[in-house]
Amino acid sequence: MFDDPAVWLPVAFAALMGLSILIYVILDGYDLGVGILFPVARPEDHDRMIASIGPFWDANETWLVLAVGLLLVAFPVAHGAILSALYLPVTVMLIALIMRGVAFEFRAKAEAGWKPTWDRVFFAGSLLTALSQGYMLGLYVMGLDRSLATVGFGLVTAVCVAAGYTLMGATWLIIKTDGDLQRRAVRRARAALVVTMIGFAVISVVTPLVSVRIFDRWFSLPEFLFLSPLPLMALVLASVVWVVLANQPHARDRFAWVPFAGSAGIFTLAFFGLAYSFYPFIVPDRLTIYAAASAPESLIIILVGALVVVPVIVAYSAFSYWVFRGKATDLRYD
Amino acid sequence: MDPILLARIQFGANISFHILFPTITIALGWALVFFKLRYRATRDLKWMDVYHFWVKIFALSFALGVVSGITMSFQFGTNWPGFMERVGNVAGPLLAYEVLTAFFLEAVFLGIMLFGFRKVPSWVHTLATVLVAGATTLSAFWIIVLNSWMHTPTGFEIRNGVVHATNWMEIIFNPSMPYRLTHMLLASGLTTAFLIAGLSAYRWLRNDRTPAVLAALRFGVAVAAILIPLQILAGDMHGLNTLEHQPQKVAAMEGNWETGPAKPLILFAWPDEATRSNRFEIGIPYGASLILKHDPQGVVPGLNDFAGRHPPVAPVFFAFRIMIGVGLLMLAVSWVAAWWLWRRGDPHPWLARVLVGMTFSGWVATLAGWYVTEIGRQPWLVTGVLRTSEAASAVPAAMIAATLAAYLAVYALLLAAYVATLFLLARKGAKPQTIETGPTPHPTAFVAAE
Repeated sequence: MFDDPAVWLPVAFAALMGLSILIYVILDGYDLGVGILFPVARPEDHDRMIASIGPFWDANETWLVLAVGLLLVAFPVAHGAILSALYLPVTVMLIALIMRGVAFEFRAKAEAGWKPTWDRVFFAGSLLTALSQGYMLGLYVMGLDRSLATVGFGLVTAVCVAAGYTLMGATWLIIKTDGDLQRRAVRRARAALVVTMIGFAVISVVTPLVSVRIFDRWFSLPEFLFLSPLPLMALVLASVVWVVLANQPHARDRFAWVPFAGSAGIFTLAFFGLAYSFYPFIVPDRLTIYAAASAPESLIIILVGALVVVPVIVAYSAFSYWVFRGKATDLRYD
Repeated sequence: MDPILLARIQFGANISFHILFPTITIALGWALVFFKLRYRATRDLKWMDVYHFWVKIFALSFALGVVSGITMSFQFGTNWPGFMERVGNVAGPLLAYEVLTAFFLEAVFLGIMLFGFRKVPSWVHTLATVLVAGATTLSAFWIIVLNSWMHTPTGFEIRNGVVHATNWMEIIFNPSMPYRLTHMLLASGLTTAFLIAGLSAYRWLRNDRTPAVLAALRFGVAVAAILIPLQILAGDMHGLNTLEHQPQKVAAMEGNWETGPAKPLILFAWPDEATRSNRFEIGIPYGASLILKHDPQGVVPGLNDFAGRHPPVAPVFFAFRIMIGVGLLMLAVSWVAAWWLWRRGDPHPWLARVLVGMTFSGWVATLAGWYVTEIGRQPWLVTGVLRTSEAASAVPAAMIAATLAAYLAVYALLLAAYVATLFLLARKGAKPQTIETGPTPHPTAFVAAE
């Protein structure tokens, strides 16, 4: 089967796109989460919270552009179908992303009296972005149909994704801050972890009940044997994160990275569960990646470029994280 | 209302808002590189003051450009699904290469450029600045390649109604690309030059007359005075290229209905598509023939040769005149200002006021120019290959109208906040700012950091 580019290229691009989405969710997840935590943080901590994500948020969002770009160029028919069906939540997300993105700059540069307003815009934009992404995930799982039940499910996934991003944001702050801000982040992380896990449980129970195809896929042998470890591993990770959080903040920051890494692991497991449930469909139950793919000769050109450039991107992104390693103290525009 | 027109207005509104900011950041990135290199060469601290003031404006403009650009990658699908279905095999790789080679590079090194001044060695910071400037230019290259291909498509074949790439060199170096890219990069240079000159003049008028302010003012005026004749030349060559490949667009720009020799250059008129003639026409005899054919008897194409296949005339006609008018104003102001500053050193208050008035003149000319070329491409989305109406989506008109209203409200708000913040920053001056409350470092701190 791998002799035929019309077979393996769509798989390669689905994998590349999936990877971009996963990286996006983890990376922008933490900076959106920091924004969601704004109103429960003390105003004097806001600058330090921004400083912990300031050098990274722009590159984090670029993974979304890459993911949507890959959907656009590799599966153009699916791009049109999915985004037209999600037209309103997409618009809400885009406007929310615009508002929170500019708030980074305006809160620091506008007149001092406007700063609390831009902080509120930053919070609202971050929260709306997370909620609309979660809502879109819910509608996607439900096959992009709009009914009372699917909208209700979408609201559940919206809350779950927002809680998950909050978890990522709080665990990021545990790594990047200290003192009182770090102590508060530990408490937020525990609350967010509980909500996230409840949300994941609800989604895991409801999804096979609404989709016959997913039910068959999950509860038939041998698939069941491959899939059942996923929720078990997620539970183990969540327990590890819970236990480590109980001992945070640690005086010498021992294991401060574990909650973040564990949360990223939970997201990764959930992502693989979803991806496996839908493969080979890109528009649920309607369009497969093979039917939606662009011409092989154009995909090859992109794939070669991606294979050369993505490792370079990862390398200089790692360099940037190394430059800004350690605790975020203050943020200077100089 | 017609959903296709609404979708076009929405896409046009988004891309118009978006282009304002890359137009600034493309050239401002290189200006920042220049300021840093001047400092390294002269060790004169005023250049670091200039850098630190303009890097803030760069950061603000860049953020607005990034977030408004994300919208575009979604709207290709939501507004024009037929575009990617039909020409995705060409457009896809070009857009993918823009994301892969430019977006990540600029986003990552922007972080180091903005916040890494004290965290990396000086040469790494300068390198980061060069990489950000280079990546914004590279991004402009890829998107202009795609846009030019939509105007003058080459290097492809159509199989089963779908465009397939046959020659990537022909696609990338399509006939209008070199002209369009040059024209746009010069537009970016002029927009930034007038922005720098305008805000510096504003600071000078408010008695903020440090060497840094004067250096920036002279830099902006000098760059504008050098670039404007080059831009007029590039624009002329771009026009001749358009005449060769899209004569109907040039006919609309000129407001010329009948093909014929010895055509006048129309300065003003009211093009009337119902009667297919101009009202209130004022023109210079033989002007159009001279400019387009370099011969007073040259035959110039008219719109009637393209009935049903030419763009709406009035918007192209007027946008063209706005662009030319602003360009000529730029020529006059930048040359007078350059002459004055060269002879006197300091600006005259009136000259400073005129420069303040011209602060955003580049935006007006750039937008008008884009309207000329993009409305001038209609009714085609890809000339001769795909009509705009064939690419539209089935999203209901009411939904497009509602989201359009939301976008317009957001853009109006942000534009007002952006302009207000630029002038606020100008009033605050060049003192190195921190957003953390704390002691403001003395300028000599930068000597140690360097």
